Amino acid sequence: MDRFDYRLIVEMVPDGATVLDLGCGDGELLAELVRDKHVRGSGVDVDPAAVEACVGKGLSVFHGDLDEGLADYLDGSIDVVILSFSLQQLRRPRMLVREMARVGRLAIVSFPNFAHWSVRGQLFVQGRMPVSGDLPYQWYETPNIHLCTVNDFRDLCRREGLRIEREAYLNRLDRPARGLRRPNLTARVAVFAVARVGPAPAG
Amino acid sequence: MDPNRRDSSSAATAGTSQIGDVPIVADPEAGSAGLVQARHVTVAAPPHTLALEGGQSLGPITVAYETYGELSERRDNAVLVFHALSGDAHVAGRHKPDDKRLGWWDMLVGPGKALDTERYFVICANVLGGCNGTTGPASIDPATGAQFGTSFPIITIADIVDVQALLLDELGIPKLLATIGGSMGGMAALQFAVAYPQRTHGVIAIATAAQQSAQAIAFNEVGRQAIMADPHWRGGYYYGHKLPRRGLSVARMIGHITYLSDVAMREKFGRRLQELHDYSFTFSADFEVESYLHYQGMAFTDRFDANSYLYITRAIDYFDLARGKASLAEALRHTQARFLVMSFSSDGLHPPYQLKQIVSALRATHKHVSYYEVQSDFGHDSFLLERFKMEGVISSFLASSAATFTPRAAAGGSV
Repeated sequence: MDRFDYRLIVEMVPDGATVLDLGCGDGELLAELVRDKHVRGSGVDVDPAAVEACVGKGLSVFHGDLDEGLADYLDGSIDVVILSFSLQQLRRPRMLVREMARVGRLAIVSFPNFAHWSVRGQLFVQGRMPVSGDLPYQWYETPNIHLCTVNDFRDLCRREGLRIEREAYLNRLDRPARGLRRPNLTARVAVFAVARVGPAPAG
Repeated sequence: MDPNRRDSSSAATAGTSQIGDVPIVADPEAGSAGLVQARHVTVAAPPHTLALEGGQSLGPITVAYETYGELSERRDNAVLVFHALSGDAHVAGRHKPDDKRLGWWDMLVGPGKALDTERYFVICANVLGGCNGTTGPASIDPATGAQFGTSFPIITIADIVDVQALLLDELGIPKLLATIGGSMGGMAALQFAVAYPQRTHGVIAIATAAQQSAQAIAFNEVGRQAIMADPHWRGGYYYGHKLPRRGLSVARMIGHITYLSDVAMREKFGRRLQELHDYSFTFSADFEVESYLHYQGMAFTDRFDANSYLYITRAIDYFDLARGKASLAEALRHTQARFLVMSFSSDGLHPPYQLKQIVSALRATHKHVSYYEVQSDFGHDSFLLERFKMEGVISSFLASSAATFTPRAAAGGSV
């Protein structure tokens, strides 16, 4: 697989689960999950070419915008809802994370950590908006409108009443770094598996 | 909704950009299905009849159909195309070498195209109630020796589909790889999956609905009223007399308005005048859009029977997959097919929300379903025009369907 966070995500998905992959792209992760974890999965993506690629792989896919939410899905109707590397591109990321935890018994979210030292370095040393492999865009053309850090995401989980079931990180060398110390500084990419423990907060 | 508009519109309005999507201009034979012949078969022949949804029975029934490509030895590559309101069995290619008119979905059916006739055996039949070879109100009633007229029984989409299932029996095809259709054809494809869950592996439903909307019924009703208000209609018994052309052409004009979109009409016609520099200050067709509608309306009366228009629009209006069921999801619960549902952003007759309803209902019972929304300005007609935005996902769906298809062991006969 091309995307390193996929490996960490696949590890978190139980065998035979039902899976909804939000922003599934060309269906690479889903196809992998179907093959290796025997999941019954479907995807959502806004890009026509991505949808076509999923259909070609025999996947069930919905052509649509994640910002429209998951109103169609009943509470707890899916085992695992995945959002890989799309959180930062949503207009309403908090709403979607809440929806994921409503629909899914487990919600897995991966995102680039904006507090990684290389990002901090670019801001601190050069005083410029960071551009890197995970954040390849110039500020004026980036689709990444809601970037966050490991600590920010933990804070969101606390506010939303979500329990962090598992967390994993990739360091700069794309090595999984489970026991990473101070991940807010050293993790390039973070993967969180969260679940609702109590009732959803109001508002 | 109107397969045949493509050619005639090019005659009426020069330079419509969508004509370029169809490769007839650049190279007439590239990807062509070639010469085809309509064939006829009789189903529901004595002692059998077809029990209709409305309670009456009908038979024998002649079915006109065309096929393209070869049926494989395992009989696992058959794709059944359902046509729309004004379509016919002639889905691709030509009947004669000098035919100007290509089949109505030639852009998608042929060697190397989305419905690749080198891989798939494509079947299309004229619907029950039609006027292009299949039994309809203009056919002879064997009981009287005269044409049916309005003594023809009211038919439904379910009846239309039942007749095509009988055709598949005749062709010795126990299970289709897929069934596909746009507009009314999409309704039929969905109905087929519900009525014959074991007889198709895939369903492609395009620019359609699980139930005809109030607005769409309203447009159809105005069309029917126009036909029935024509003095030449004579209660439906006009055969051998002057035809109710006026009424049928008005019905067709109304139809055309619903097949276009505001954007499409603005771009195609705007307020341009037809061969005039100023208003004529009369009621004649000053505007291009008027002249277009008049042309389309009258041209239609040369090839379509007014009574067929009444019967088929009635069948469409009655269509409601959830009828007699607790919900649409309940109606689709026993389907076994994998589904591809396609909508067009500017379709005013069957807007995307109607297609999304079908997807939601299928998802509610965990069916395999994909949804694809094409961005297009051509309105409902998009499904007859947007070749390049449609063919990729359709061919991908058919290929992945073929990869997972096992034809049933119980070959031959009805299921």
